[in-house]
Amino acid sequence: MVYLLIFITAVFVNNIVLAQFLGICPFLGVSKKIETAIGMGAAVAFVMTLSTIFTFLIQSILTAFGLEFMQTITFILVIAALVQMVEIILKKVSPPLYQALGVFLPLITTNCTILGVAIMVIQKELNLLESVVFAFSTAIGFGLALVLFAGLREQLSLVKIPKSMQGIPIALLVAGILAMAFMGFSGVDKTLSEIWNVVKP
Amino acid sequence: MSKLQSSFPNMALSLITITMISAAALGFVFELTKVPIADSQRERQLKAIRIVTPAFDNSPAREQSLVATSNGDSLIIYPAKRAGNLVGVAVESTTNKGFSGQIKIMVGFNSDGTIRNYFVLQHAETPGLGSKMQEWFRDSVTASRSVLGLNPVKILKVKKDGGCVDAITAATISSRAFLDAINRAYSAYRNYASALTSDNNLKTEMEAGK
Amino acid sequence: MNNSFKILMNGIVRENPTFVLLLGMCPTLGTTTSAINGLGMGLATTFVLIASNMAVSSLKNLIPDKVRIPAFVVIIATFVTIIQLMMQAYLPALYDSLGLFIPLIVVNCIVLGRAESFAAKNGVLDSALDGLGIGIGFTLALTILGIVRELLGTGKAFGISIYPENFSSLIFVLAPGAFIALGYLIALINKLKKV
Repeated sequence: MVYLLIFITAVFVNNIVLAQFLGICPFLGVSKKIETAIGMGAAVAFVMTLSTIFTFLIQSILTAFGLEFMQTITFILVIAALVQMVEIILKKVSPPLYQALGVFLPLITTNCTILGVAIMVIQKELNLLESVVFAFSTAIGFGLALVLFAGLREQLSLVKIPKSMQGIPIALLVAGILAMAFMGFSGVDKTLSEIWNVVKP
Repeated sequence: MSKLQSSFPNMALSLITITMISAAALGFVFELTKVPIADSQRERQLKAIRIVTPAFDNSPAREQSLVATSNGDSLIIYPAKRAGNLVGVAVESTTNKGFSGQIKIMVGFNSDGTIRNYFVLQHAETPGLGSKMQEWFRDSVTASRSVLGLNPVKILKVKKDGGCVDAITAATISSRAFLDAINRAYSAYRNYASALTSDNNLKTEMEAGK
Repeated sequence: MNNSFKILMNGIVRENPTFVLLLGMCPTLGTTTSAINGLGMGLATTFVLIASNMAVSSLKNLIPDKVRIPAFVVIIATFVTIIQLMMQAYLPALYDSLGLFIPLIVVNCIVLGRAESFAAKNGVLDSALDGLGIGIGFTLALTILGIVRELLGTGKAFGISIYPENFSSLIFVLAPGAFIALGYLIALINKLKKV
């Protein structure tokens, strides 16, 4: 039950893009078509879940040696290495998938969501299983925001928009309204935690 | 000087050297800032204690103790003393019932159990709504909002729950959580105070028995 | 001298990271709940920009091409951690308000972008100036957005009350307001650019 609560909170209540402002660059850059949005979401889900496992284990090593100040450097190196590995494996295992995701993969390294989630699970003091569920759920939330936004932008491309507002400005306004809609989910995690009699980690 | 060739030994050497220099530089800065970081954290705690208790001349942080609450967990108590006599008690209380997570407050009690003052240490409540708790519950103009001077021997509740405290407009959940933290602090304070009195009684008995 | 001035102004106006290059959106939206937060974040990022640009520029011939991205990232991460520790020690209130966004400077596309596109190809002094210029441009953008959001959301700017809070729209210090305020700001800049 705890895990379902983590999932719902991460996807809806504290959506990583619409409530926490992480992953805005890919959000604005990759969300013009629904297919690309889905692809990016899937890639991020994979990398995020995997990297959280690694960074979690690294953190225990760092704490054991009192080297917590090396967190930023080691985390980002692990994430960069992981993305490289995923790229290489993907190229070998599934060339068509690699073609589809190809250009996004290097972008994932500098995606604030990956590093952000890695640091968040440490700050929230989650255990390994909770961290994995949190990471996966956050990635789903990211994908959801991306796909919703792509759908909206596809509609936008059919409408006449004032010159100054074209491109990023109107996209930001639409994102703002989407964020407002998601605000409607606030408090759901509290209610669910009371109904299910579960403490949110 | 032309660029280094991307041969494997060169790449590995370059990356490893840079990382080692970074690690060394960071280790140095870490040692440098270790004391200021600990100091600033201690200062913030002391500042909160100073705000909620009367003037003291002891070191409340050094005389702190963990006291149980009625919920089963424990909170930290900081006794404030002047010339060895207890003048007030600061309790670092927490509640998980906040709208957006944990709220941490420092509550100061007078020796008669009434609330002297409070200071919100940490919260993640909505800015402009729940975040108003820092000033709302000590409102000097609207008395029904203020918890100062109240004695939580009867559990403090918001008006909506039959109590006497005005909740923050449109932030009932945050208000309830805040009062929960206050009530928990009081229960810890009560346990602390009764332990002290029984200690004192024991001392007096032992003196009398001598 | 003229060249240095040009490099500096470039980062502030022609290649302003937020309003022109549209980079570094995450901290732009996430740390501008108040003017002082935006200013603090901008200055922290400026420090990292100048330091990492200078480091990358001085080491550019010692870093083989294929490992340049990881090498740049380690250099940037070092300076980010330094500013993190310094802020935690000497500016704890600001450190708390900016929270997660301080370590996230390392993945701020602006910093890596400048290291890659400018510092890797130019001298140390020019790179430092570029870092400063871009940093000032970024800080300016964040501070302006911070002022707008704080003013519309709470009636204050830098904590000083400009108009009564009762007339303010809280939404501007919340998530949706960030998007909306930035959207209109960029639209305004677009309009002004054509004048």
